[in-house]
Amino acid sequence: MADELIAVFSYPFMQRALVVGILVSLCAALLGTSLVLKRYSMIGDGLSHVGYGAFAIAAAAGIAPLGFAIPVVIASAFLLLYITRKGKMGGDSAIAILSSSALAIGMIVLALNRVSIDINSYMFGSILALSEEDVVLSVICSVIVCVTFILLYHRIFAVTFDESFASATGIRTGVYNSFISVLTAVVIVVGMRLMGALLISSLMIFPSLSSMRVCKGFKSVTICSAVISVVCFTSGLIGSYFIDVPTGAGIVVVNLAVFLIFALVGKVKER
Amino acid sequence: MKLIECKDLCMKYEGVPAFENLSFSIDEGDFLCIVGENGSGKSTLVKGILGLKKYSSGSIEFGGVKPKEIGYLPQQTAAQKDFPATVREVVLSGCLNRNALFPFYTKENKARAKREIERMKIESIADKSYRDLSGGQQQRVLLARALCATEKLLLLDEPVSGLDPIVTSEMYEVIHELNHSGVTVIMVTHDIHNAVHYGSKILNMSKNDYFFGTSDEYITTESFRLMSRGCFHGEGGCFTHGR
Ligand SMILES: Nc1ncnc2c1ncn2[C@@H]1O[C@H](COP(=O)(O)OP(=O)(O)OP(=O)(O)O)[C@@H](O)[C@H]1O
Ligand SMILES: [Mg+2]
Repeated sequence: MADELIAVFSYPFMQRALVVGILVSLCAALLGTSLVLKRYSMIGDGLSHVGYGAFAIAAAAGIAPLGFAIPVVIASAFLLLYITRKGKMGGDSAIAILSSSALAIGMIVLALNRVSIDINSYMFGSILALSEEDVVLSVICSVIVCVTFILLYHRIFAVTFDESFASATGIRTGVYNSFISVLTAVVIVVGMRLMGALLISSLMIFPSLSSMRVCKGFKSVTICSAVISVVCFTSGLIGSYFIDVPTGAGIVVVNLAVFLIFALVGKVKER
Repeated sequence: MKLIECKDLCMKYEGVPAFENLSFSIDEGDFLCIVGENGSGKSTLVKGILGLKKYSSGSIEFGGVKPKEIGYLPQQTAAQKDFPATVREVVLSGCLNRNALFPFYTKENKARAKREIERMKIESIADKSYRDLSGGQQQRVLLARALCATEKLLLLDEPVSGLDPIVTSEMYEVIHELNHSGVTVIMVTHDIHNAVHYGSKILNMSKNDYFFGTSDEYITTESFRLMSRGCFHGEGGCFTHGR
C-alpha cells in the first residue's frame, strides 16, 4: 500500500493536485463556516458558474484563464453583495439569475468561436488541468486567503454572529462582508479547475455543516472543518485514483459520508 | 454631566417619519426607560443613537462617551438558532472595539470578559454553546458582551421580552445594580410598571407626541394612565407602584 502511494505521488500531476487541493480545501473550509451561517451557502455555486463563463471567454479570446476569471468573479461577488444589501431581490434569486446567465453566455461564446474546451473538465474538474503556473498562482492565492482569514478571524466572527452589535461597536461590517466575498471568489476560481464548477461549492459548505453537528464553539467548528476538509480531499483524491472515478465526485462522496457520520454522532450525543 | 443630548431629532424610513421633533437628554448615572406603543419608533431611535441609521434632521450630541463606547443589546439578535459559538466567544466579541486594528484578543480583553462573565453569574455556562441556552441565559450573555464594550452607557432594546416573570425581575435587579455601580442605562421596554419603578427618567414615544421627564412626573400624566390601563381593568392588584 505504501509503495503504491509513493508510486501515485511520483506523477507530477498528482503532486500538483495534492498541493493545490489541500490548500484550496483548507481555504474553502475556513470561509465556509461564515457562508453557511450567513445563509450564503449557494453563493459558491453561483460564483463557480460565473467562473465557468469567464473561463470560456478567456479560452475564446486566448487570454490567461485565471488572470481573467479572478477579477470577473470578484466583481460578480460584489454585485451579489450589493443586490442583497439593497434588498430589492432575495440573495437566492440573484444567485440563480447570475449563475444561469453566466453559464449561458459562456456556452454561446464557446459555440460562436468554435473553441473546443473540455466542458466536462470544467464542470467536474480534472486533476490534469493544472499547469505549473496554475499551481504557483493557486498557492499564492491560498496563502493570501488563509493569512487574511486568520488576521480577520475575530472580526469575521463578530460580523457573522451579530451584525448590528458589531457595527454599533464600530466594526465596519461592510468592509468585512466584502472581504468574505472577495476571498470566496478567489477560492472558487482557484478551486474549480481541480474540483469543477459543480463541486467546488459543496466543498465550501460540507465540512462546516459536518462539524456544526458536533462542535459547540465557532473556533472548534472552524478548526474541525479545516481538518475534515483536508482529510476528505486527500482520501477522495487517492481513492478516486485507485478506483478510477472523477476526482471531484470522489471527494464529494467522501464529504457526504463524513457528514452522515457526524450527523449520527450529533444525534447520539444529544440523547 | 450630559452624556447624550438629542435636539429636534427626526428619523425617516423612505421619506415617512418614524418620529419627529424629539428632544431629550441623558445625564451620567441616569436610568432612562423608553416606552411607547409598537411602531412608535423606539428601536429606530436606538439605531439613531448608535449610528446604525442616519437621522434626517436635528442633532445628537455626545459628551464624555463616544458612540462606539455604548454597550448595545439588540431587540432581536441576528444570530440564528444553529449558530455554534460558546458563551466565552460571544462575550469576548464585545471587547473588539477596544483593540483598534490589532487582530487578536489581548490579555486585558480576556480578563475583562472573565470579569463580566462573573458579574453576570454565568461562569457555570461559560463553555456551553450559546444556541443551547434558555432565553434568560442568552440575555445575560448578551448583557455581559455589552458590558465588555462599555463601562459608561448601556443601551438595551427590550431586554426582558419573552422572559418569565421571575427571570424578568432578576434581569431588572441586575440592570438596577449595574446602574447603581455607575453605569448609565437606556432601556426600551413595554413593561411600564417596572419602567416607572426602576427608571429615573421616562421617554414615552407615541405617533405624534412624546413625553420626557422624571418617572415621578410621568405617573401623573394621561399617557401613563393610558399605557397602564389594561392593568387597571385587569386583575386586581396588578398595578403596584413601589416607590
Ligand atoms: N426597515 C424599515 N423600513 C421601513 N420602515 C420601518 C423599518 N423599520 C421600522 N420601520 C417603521 O418605523 C416605525 C418605527 O419602528 P420601530 O421598530 O422603531 O418601532 P418600535 O417602537 O421599536 O416598535 P416595537 O415596540 O414593536 O419594537 C414603524 O412604523 C415601522 O413600520
Ligand atoms: Mg422595537
